[in-house]
Amino acid sequence: MGSKRAVFFFLAPALVAIGVFFFIPVIAAFVLSFTDFDIYALGNLDYARFIGIKNYAQLIGDPLFWKALKNTLYFLLLGGPLSIAVSLVAALMLQSKLVRFKSFFRTAYFAPVVTTLVAVAVVWRFVYHPRFGILNYVLSLLGIGPIDWLGDSQWAMPAIILMAVWKNFGYNMVIFIAGLQNIPDELYEAASIDGAGTLRQFSSITVPMLAPTTLYVSIITMIGYFQLFAEPYVMTQGGPLNSTLSIVLLMYQQGFRWWNMGYSAALAFVLFAFILAGSLLQSRVQKKWGV
Amino acid sequence: MKLETFAKYFILWTFLCAGCGGQTDKRTEIVFWAFGVEGENVAKLMPEFERRHPDIKVRVQMIPWNAAHEKLLTAFAGRSLPDMCQLGNTWVPEFRVLNAIEDLGPWVSHSTTVRDSNFFPGIWDTNILDTLLFGIPWYVDTRVLFYRSDLLAKVGYSRAPTSWDEWFDLSAKLKKQFPQNYAVFYPTNNEWVPSVIFGVMNHSSLLKHLNTLGNFSGKEFVEAMHAFHDFFRNGWAPVKTMQIVNIYQAFTEGYFAMYISGPWNIGEFSRRLPDSLQGAWLTAPLPGPDGNIGTSLAGGSSLVMFRSSKHRPEVWKLIEYLSEPAQQLAFYQLTGNLPATVEAWHDSALANNKYAAAFFTQLRHVQATPKVPEWEQIAQKVREYAELISMDQFAVEEGLAALDREVNVILEKRRWLVYGQ
Repeated sequence: MGSKRAVFFFLAPALVAIGVFFFIPVIAAFVLSFTDFDIYALGNLDYARFIGIKNYAQLIGDPLFWKALKNTLYFLLLGGPLSIAVSLVAALMLQSKLVRFKSFFRTAYFAPVVTTLVAVAVVWRFVYHPRFGILNYVLSLLGIGPIDWLGDSQWAMPAIILMAVWKNFGYNMVIFIAGLQNIPDELYEAASIDGAGTLRQFSSITVPMLAPTTLYVSIITMIGYFQLFAEPYVMTQGGPLNSTLSIVLLMYQQGFRWWNMGYSAALAFVLFAFILAGSLLQSRVQKKWGV
Repeated sequence: MKLETFAKYFILWTFLCAGCGGQTDKRTEIVFWAFGVEGENVAKLMPEFERRHPDIKVRVQMIPWNAAHEKLLTAFAGRSLPDMCQLGNTWVPEFRVLNAIEDLGPWVSHSTTVRDSNFFPGIWDTNILDTLLFGIPWYVDTRVLFYRSDLLAKVGYSRAPTSWDEWFDLSAKLKKQFPQNYAVFYPTNNEWVPSVIFGVMNHSSLLKHLNTLGNFSGKEFVEAMHAFHDFFRNGWAPVKTMQIVNIYQAFTEGYFAMYISGPWNIGEFSRRLPDSLQGAWLTAPLPGPDGNIGTSLAGGSSLVMFRSSKHRPEVWKLIEYLSEPAQQLAFYQLTGNLPATVEAWHDSALANNKYAAAFFTQLRHVQATPKVPEWEQIAQKVREYAELISMDQFAVEEGLAALDREVNVILEKRRWLVYGQ
């Protein structure tokens, strides 16, 4: 009994901190999502009403929400796998015995991760410039006409994806390198004695041995990519024609531009549900494959 | 022993701090938030004010325009508003709803320098909400027609169009003469102003029933939107607005001959257009549907006083100072922002500016946008639907009915406040 009390005593500071800075705000936001807290309520709290699930109902009828969801899924389903694939390839190359200056490349590939997005965005805006950008210059050498990357609603999201992949792959790459280093060399030695080629070694040893790492990486990437915000906020403000409007950007606009806090909170919880469902699905699928 | 050392340092430190406190001057400090270019330049007017009022010190803080609205709202929520600030006059209703800004009526009635007759009536009116006055116009903004006089002359127009019929006729002739180019450019991808101006020119009230319902499917706005849509349908205005990366270059190339824009572009056009084109562009008041001057929007910024300020008399002195014609004129010379006091316009700097004349005329024909806090949000919706209509993704009536439905959702709270409690 006494030891139990002691445990609580020692945990109390952490519990209080978590309660004040995490649980109370989350609960408050949840309650907020059932009210129509807006600019009028900010001026006079009497003007806030409990409106039940009306925010959620309105959300389902809001074409902008579906547009944002579609954009976010587009970003997630194209950008997520692409980013993981690029990270894996980069990690494999850096683990290869043929590559020199490994630590240099590791640092170089990781550099975008720690660079401020705002600074990166300025550079990428030049890269994407329809007339003076280097990307269109390279494409013009291949005979491809100029593309207005950030101004064309067809190309804006691919442009954001390309930039996000470049910006983020270094992080997953480092985790993959750690995973690769954990695979015992004996396995590869045994396989090569048995006559397995490089491809066979990759599919039968590297892939299964990396499965837990891949699960972790894909969940983290999915959570991160679902929360797409800074890239479109800095590069396109959600335009053109809302083609880069993400759920979090919509949430930000509703909450801080129009001050529709109730609606914005409802959006946040819908996003939370999506991320939770996505993570559960992912771990289910990988369990089935026997990881 | 240790405690003693600590105590010594503590006492020493306290004294040092007290010393610092003693060094700051005893003047009353007022904090003034100004945005963008205004924020960069208004500080230059402060030395004269501080010389006249040795007991007041003004701290100007510059806030970027695109962060201003969010900063003000979060500052209100966090109780850290400045003493005064400039407020885009469409924002005034919002801060009135928050009960954040002071009714300036009593201050004006005791003032010898600020009176309503000094200002453009349409602009002054944007600050009046339910007969109370919440801001003093600082500078004005409205939209007029910028046009290439050389191109217009080539199709037989020695002056700007003065009615919608003339405007259509001119546009058709320009398109015929220069099939690769366009008559007008409306940046539907990022500006709501042109589409709203068409409605206002056609005397649409935009909202109805005490501003609790959208009136965009009303007769006036539908007519106006048809006229607006005609420009795109006939190829007089480009639908794909993104292709214009740099409007100054496109205007130089003659890609379009007319453009609805505001006072800042007097400076930009003079600076950015090549010398060969200076003298080949002009400004004119908007052509109205019936041949009279078309109504434009009453824009600009007002100076407001926050109710939370502890130095309201000092703030009022600064507002009075910035409203003096001399200071208004100095501010115009610093920023290119047009003065809100009529008297400042009689100075030769403005009276001899051939581009400013159209604004002076237009400012007598302006109307405020609906004075509701939801306006910005509604305006974005108008832009969205105007763009869709311009791209023929909606028929005019169909698009405007959908617009009204969305606007009515936005105004639901307001209907409850006005009618339902």
